[in-house]
Amino acid sequence: MDWGFIFTASVSYALGALTVAYCLAAIGLNLQFGYTGLLNFGQAAFLASAGYGMAVMVTTFELSFWVGITVGLLATLALALLLGLPTLRLRADYLAIVTIAAAEVVRLVVRSVKFKETLGGSDGLQQFANRFYELSPLSDGFGINFGPFLFSNQELWVMIVGWSLVALFSLITFLLARSPWGRILKGIREDEDAVRSLGKNVYWYKMQALMLGAMMAGFGGFIIGIFFNAVSPDIYATALTFAIYTILILGGAARVAGPILGAILFGFLFQFVNVTLSEAVNADYITFLDSSQTAQIRLVLVGAGLMLLMIYRPQGILGDRREIALDAR
Amino acid sequence: MVHWSVTRIVALVVTCVGILGGATALASAAHAAEDQPAGLVQGFLRDLAGNPVPGVDVTATDTAGFSGIGTSDEAGRWEVKVPGAGTYTVELDEETLPDGVAAPTKNPIDNVVVTGSTRTVLFTLGERERTLTSKWDQAAQLSVEGLRFGLIIALAAVGLSLIYGTTGLTNFAHGEIITFGAVITWWLNVTLGIPFILAAILGVVLSGAFGFVNDQALWKPLRKRQTGLIAMMIVSIGLALALQNIFLIFFGGASRPFGAFETQAGIEMGPVSLTPKDMAAMTIAAIVLTLAGLALLKTRFGKATRAVSDNPALAASSGIDVERVILVVWVVGAALAGLGGILQGLTQQVFPLLGAQSLLLIFAAVTLGGLGTAFGALVGSILVGLFINLSTLIPGMTPELKNVGALLLLIVVLMVRPQGILGRRSRVG
Repeated sequence: MDWGFIFTASVSYALGALTVAYCLAAIGLNLQFGYTGLLNFGQAAFLASAGYGMAVMVTTFELSFWVGITVGLLATLALALLLGLPTLRLRADYLAIVTIAAAEVVRLVVRSVKFKETLGGSDGLQQFANRFYELSPLSDGFGINFGPFLFSNQELWVMIVGWSLVALFSLITFLLARSPWGRILKGIREDEDAVRSLGKNVYWYKMQALMLGAMMAGFGGFIIGIFFNAVSPDIYATALTFAIYTILILGGAARVAGPILGAILFGFLFQFVNVTLSEAVNADYITFLDSSQTAQIRLVLVGAGLMLLMIYRPQGILGDRREIALDAR
Repeated sequence: MVHWSVTRIVALVVTCVGILGGATALASAAHAAEDQPAGLVQGFLRDLAGNPVPGVDVTATDTAGFSGIGTSDEAGRWEVKVPGAGTYTVELDEETLPDGVAAPTKNPIDNVVVTGSTRTVLFTLGERERTLTSKWDQAAQLSVEGLRFGLIIALAAVGLSLIYGTTGLTNFAHGEIITFGAVITWWLNVTLGIPFILAAILGVVLSGAFGFVNDQALWKPLRKRQTGLIAMMIVSIGLALALQNIFLIFFGGASRPFGAFETQAGIEMGPVSLTPKDMAAMTIAAIVLTLAGLALLKTRFGKATRAVSDNPALAASSGIDVERVILVVWVVGAALAGLGGILQGLTQQVFPLLGAQSLLLIFAAVTLGGLGTAFGALVGSILVGLFINLSTLIPGMTPELKNVGALLLLIVVLMVRPQGILGRRSRVG
C-alpha cells in the first residue's frame, strides 16, 4: 500500500476536471434547491443536454466549436423551460418524480438506436473539443508537475477554465442571493403563499431560478464532455444527479461556498476510497472483492453518506439548519 | 455569515491558482497510467435462438498500443480488463465462433468509450428474421403482454401507493424491495438449491421481513424525529443507491434465470402466444391483487388502513393504532413488491437493476391512478402496461423507446389532471 500515491491521487482528483464539473452542477442545483427550494431530481439531464448539444453540432453536423457551445446552452435552457412549464405549479414531490422521469427520457433518447446517426447511440459522440484544446496557452508537453501532483496540459487547461467559471458563478450567486430577486427566491422557499400574497409571480420566479441553475449545470456538462472529448449516455444516469445532491448537502445548501467545499471534499473522499480499495485488492489485502466491485462500493458509500447527512446533518458543513427548506407543502 | 463565505471562496480560488500557477515542477509523480484503477469491457454472446456462445475470443485495443483479450465462458459472458478511461476498439475473432453461428453484423466495434468502471459491448450474431403478422394480431399479443406487465407492476404499485397514503413518504427505494424479492429467491433457489416454488414463498416472506426492517429501523425513527417529507424522500434516494450497488456487488451485473421454468414453449391461443409461466404469473398476480383489494374493502383492518390514508390525525383520535397500521402496510406492501420482483424475474430474468428499471413506470402508474389510492394504483398499472406495449405499434416507435412514451404520459397526466384518475381533487400545486 503506497499511501503517498493514494493521497496524491485523491488530491489530484479533488482539484481535477471532473470535480470542477460536479461543482458547477452543484452551484446550479444550489440556486434551484438551496435558495428556491425546487426539488429538481433531473440535474443530469441538463448536463446531458449541454454536452450533447455541443457534441452533435461539432461531430455530427461539423459546425464550429462555438456554435456547439451556443446550441448546448440553448438546448439546456429550452429543456429547463419545457420541464418547468408543466411542473413548477406542482407540489414538491410531484416535481421530483417528473424531473427524474424527464432525465431518464433524455438518457433513453440519446442512447437509442433510432437516433444513432445523430446522437451516437450507446457509444456516444467523440472528438468535438479539439478546438478548445487548441486555444490552450500551455505549451505542448506531457504535463506539469506541482510537487507530487501531475496534471496533463489538457486537464490543466480544462481546470483553469473550469475553476474560473466556478469563481464567476459563485460571484453571481453571491450577488443574486443578496439582491431583491434573491430574497424573493428565499421567500418562495420559506412560504410560497406569502410571496404570492405580496403580488409576486411565484411561477415565473421559480422558472427563472430553474433556467439559471440549469445553465450553470450546463457548463458542468461542457466540462465533462470536453475533458473526455466524448459524451456517452450512461454518464448522465440518475446516480449523477444524486452525487450532485450529496455534494450540495455535504457542503451546505443555500451557502455560496457550499458547492465548492462539497465538491472538493466529495472528490477527495470518492477517489480516496476508490484508490485505497483498488490498492488493497491489488496487494491482496482484500480478497473477497475484485477491482470492478470497488466502483460499486464507492456508490454504496455515496448512498449511505447521503442518507446519514440528510438524517443527522441536513445543513451540511456550512449551512444553517433553520434555513433549509425540507418540508413538502 | 455572507462575508465569511466570500472570504472562503476567495481563499479557495487563491489556493487553486497558487497550486496551478505557482508551484515548481519536481519530477516525482512516479505513478503513471498503469497504476490507474482498471476498467472493464464486457459483453454477452448469444446466438439467434438466445443460447450462450462459449469459447469465443474478443480483443480490445486502443490507439496507445494497449491490447487485451478475453474469452466467453459457459454463460456466453466475456470480459477484457482495460487500463482505465479511454476509447477502445473491440473486435470479435470470427475464427473462434462455433460452427453454425453467424458472424456479427458489425465487427470490429469502434469508439467504445470507457468512462466508469464497466462498459458493456454487444455483438449481434446474425440478422434476426422478422416475422410479418397483421397489426391486429400484433395488437392482441401486445395487449396480453401489456396486461401481464401491468399486473406485475401493480403488485409493487399498491404497496408504494399505500405507503404514500399512510405516511406521506414518496419511497424512491421501493424498486429495491422488488429487486430484493427476486434476488433473494434466486439465491435460495439456485445457490442453496431449494425448489423454486418453496424458494418463491420464502422469498415473499423475506421481502415482508425486509419491509418490517425498513420501517422499524429507518422510517419509524425518522417519523419520531419529525423529519420533513422532502428530507425523507432524499433519504430514500440514498437508500436506493446504496442497496442497488450492494445487490450489484453480491449478485454481479449479469442477468440470470431461476433454476426452474427457464425456457418454455409458448402456447398458441388464436393470435396470442403465451408461455405457461406467463399465464401462471398473471393468474397469481390477479388473485393476490383481488385478495388485497377485498382485504382493504371488507376487513376491519382494511378500513383502518383507509382511514389512516385519509386523515392520520383523525384516525388516531378515533382509536386506531396508526403506527401499527403503518407497520402492516410496510410488511404487506413489501411482500407484494417482492412477489412482483419474483414474477418479473420469472418472465424476464433476475438482475440487480430489475426494480430500479421499473420504479419510474410504477411512479407513472401510481400518479396516473392517483397517489395514495390502492385501486388507482391498480388501474394505473394496467393502463401503463397496455400503453407501453401498444405504443410500439405507432410507426416510428421502437421497443427501446416505449418507456419514454410512458414517462411522457406521466408528465402529460400531471399537466391535465394532477390528482390522477381515481384521486381526490385537492391542491397539488
